[in-house]
Amino acid sequence: MAAFSNLTDRINHIFSKLKNRGALSELEIKQAMREVRVALLEADVNYTVAKDFINKVTELAVGEKILKSLTPGQQVIKIVNEQLIELLGSTQSKLGVSPKLPTIIMMCGLQGAGKTTMCGKLAYHLQKQGKKVLLVADDVYRPAAIKQLEVVANKVKCGFFGMGQGNPVKIAKSGVEHATKNGYDTVIIDTAGRLHINEELMAELKSIKKAVDVFETLLVVDSMLGQDAVNVAKTFDEALDITGVIMTKLDGDTRGGSTLSIKAVTGKPIKFCGTGEKPEDLEIFYPDRMASRILGMGDVLTLIEKAQTAIDEEEALKMAKKLQNSTFDLEDYLKQFEQISKMGDLNDIVGMIPGASRLKLGDKKVDEKQIARNKAIIQSMTPEERKNPKILNYSRRKRIAAGCGLQVQDVNRLIKQYEQTCDMMKKMSKSKRLPF
Amino acid sequence: MGFFQKIIDGLKKTKERIGFKLNEIFKRGIFDEDFYEELEFILLSADVGEETAEDIIDQLRERMRQDRVADAKRANQYLREVLCEILGDEKFEIQTPCVITVAGVNGVGKTTTIGKLANIFVKQGKSVVIAAADTFRAAAGEQLEVWAKRAGVRIIKHEEGSDPAAVVFDAVSSAKSKGTDIVLVDTAGRLHNKKNLMEELKKIDRVIEREHPTATRKNLIVLDATTGQNAIAQVEVFDEAIDIDGIVLTKLDGTAKGGVVLAIKHDMDIPVYFVGVGEGIDDLLYFDPQSYVEGII
Ligand SMILES: Nc1nc2c(ncn2[C@@H]2O[C@H](COP(=O)(O)OP(=O)(O)O)[C@@H](O)[C@H]2O)c(=O)[nH]1
Ligand SMILES: [Mg+2]
Repeated sequence: MAAFSNLTDRINHIFSKLKNRGALSELEIKQAMREVRVALLEADVNYTVAKDFINKVTELAVGEKILKSLTPGQQVIKIVNEQLIELLGSTQSKLGVSPKLPTIIMMCGLQGAGKTTMCGKLAYHLQKQGKKVLLVADDVYRPAAIKQLEVVANKVKCGFFGMGQGNPVKIAKSGVEHATKNGYDTVIIDTAGRLHINEELMAELKSIKKAVDVFETLLVVDSMLGQDAVNVAKTFDEALDITGVIMTKLDGDTRGGSTLSIKAVTGKPIKFCGTGEKPEDLEIFYPDRMASRILGMGDVLTLIEKAQTAIDEEEALKMAKKLQNSTFDLEDYLKQFEQISKMGDLNDIVGMIPGASRLKLGDKKVDEKQIARNKAIIQSMTPEERKNPKILNYSRRKRIAAGCGLQVQDVNRLIKQYEQTCDMMKKMSKSKRLPF
Repeated sequence: MGFFQKIIDGLKKTKERIGFKLNEIFKRGIFDEDFYEELEFILLSADVGEETAEDIIDQLRERMRQDRVADAKRANQYLREVLCEILGDEKFEIQTPCVITVAGVNGVGKTTTIGKLANIFVKQGKSVVIAAADTFRAAAGEQLEVWAKRAGVRIIKHEEGSDPAAVVFDAVSSAKSKGTDIVLVDTAGRLHNKKNLMEELKKIDRVIEREHPTATRKNLIVLDATTGQNAIAQVEVFDEAIDIDGIVLTKLDGTAKGGVVLAIKHDMDIPVYFVGVGEGIDDLLYFDPQSYVEGII
């Protein structure tokens, strides 16, 4: 079985033994569903949720005509995938704005889910939409949690309100008063992580919610959660009537089946995904991407993930910023070549990124020798030349060519390429971000 | 109240809440397919994972087949045996001087565990210094300082954003010159698929090896009991980077059971050394397979 690492392969294998090409029969579907079940459980979808899901899909699939263009296996996967997307929520959901300002958002969840970091991300996100955001430090239990939120608030340059280790209900109230007085239109309350079975602490959240008229109650959930996700989500939802869910740490390699479990037991929309530790690492939830991730069909995703780990993420971010500010210089270009040599075949990887093929990469293949030559050319430049390619006149180019044992034309070609790259990357940075 | 009562109490909550059926299915005394299916449900619900659950069930079937008069009581006992055999009984023992590195993904409880471990060792009469090598997360150093104070141990801390390996270097040097028994190294949470962060961890590991060659070493990974099958990948990758000796399984005071540690021991032979059962300084216990098994089934 290990030979069939992904679900499509495994199911195709089952159907390859069957000749029937008309409609899906119950027996075939049952066999395929066994594989779907394994895939779901491996992805941490809750046992009962998986069972219900499979029953539903089986019902839908029996007698379904097999489309001409598909194999029976693909047909089953198609139905499974569609149902999964539907269950995960077909529409993207945004944060609401309270008719009575400020809009108050309360973050809640288990310990270590990523609430504090998420507060910063939401603030960053909302500020970009023109909101004036105040973060309220209401985790009075975990050591240095208040300090952590303050650092986060400073980093994203939003307001911060804390009163030290006081009563959480009072702090929330004072925070909202502070917001009203100082013209903040959005308040995000960071609460302490707590176990769903800790009745005293759950009651505390209820009191906060009542005391300050919370508009959005968001449950922050670690996407690596296992079977227990249903208990957690259900208990939080029953106690607080949450308005949405945020899944965190999706930049890891978890299959994220807990997302399905949570959606199934609460019916509440999944509003955002956290995909890193920086303020900008927040993404809208895409049910279709999540579905293929859960099913382990992320061939494209895997490749992208590969590309992402090979590219030093901090570097990539710096580059993107530089491109936006047009400060991308030859020093950066050199770094790019180093990254590319680390990553392997860039053409393949870029080709797998949806939409990226539209970008003109030129018809030249990435050639390793060429990269080595380009690196040598830049390495023969002075720091000043690397920073400011405009000063590269003929005599400088001649010196550089001599320095790396190449021709002046080679140097010219590199500089031209550099200019084209700047153009191309500017276009790329404007297009959509990579999924996950 | 027994030493492990706390963890049993914690795990009992789970039993009550998910309408625990194992005793009932044993009581029925009929070991048919329904019985094994129920058992599978229980194991999978504890995050044991499909493959290991299947193996456990196969082993139980085998024992039941050999014992022709298997009744409910025997079946119950066999199941416990199978689970305990998988978990093994390796104890956490150290020879001082010792450097203990605590690693894991974000938010699992590394810093809290460091505080609790310091407390345990201090109670055993050992001297401890903590290295605050999470220089990345906002206020991580301050959080650890609180724990160091609670446990009454020294802490070596640089400013946020500084090189974690340099912190470790200082802590190890200080331990050597002062003859400190144990260095506890707190590290930044990192997702295991981030290559450059894993490199940083390797660097910390190398610094310890180079600077304190006479010290014994323990590399611990902290796993959150609520985590599902991804915990396997976590252990695999951290183990590849720094040779993991054992696991600290935290947050067992909730309703999750962390059954994935069975899969990890089963596949990779990495044992659990400690369990975290709360946020207080005394809420860290040496792992006891019997109590744990009692708790999950
Ligand atoms: N309930 C419970 N919470 C824990 C346990 N261990 C740690 N925590 C909490 O989990 C959260 C994250 O812990 P922390 O030590 O900061 O994690 P780190 O990011 O891995 O260092 C904090 O709120 C801790 O209080 C445990 O055994 N039980
Ligand atoms: Mg920490």
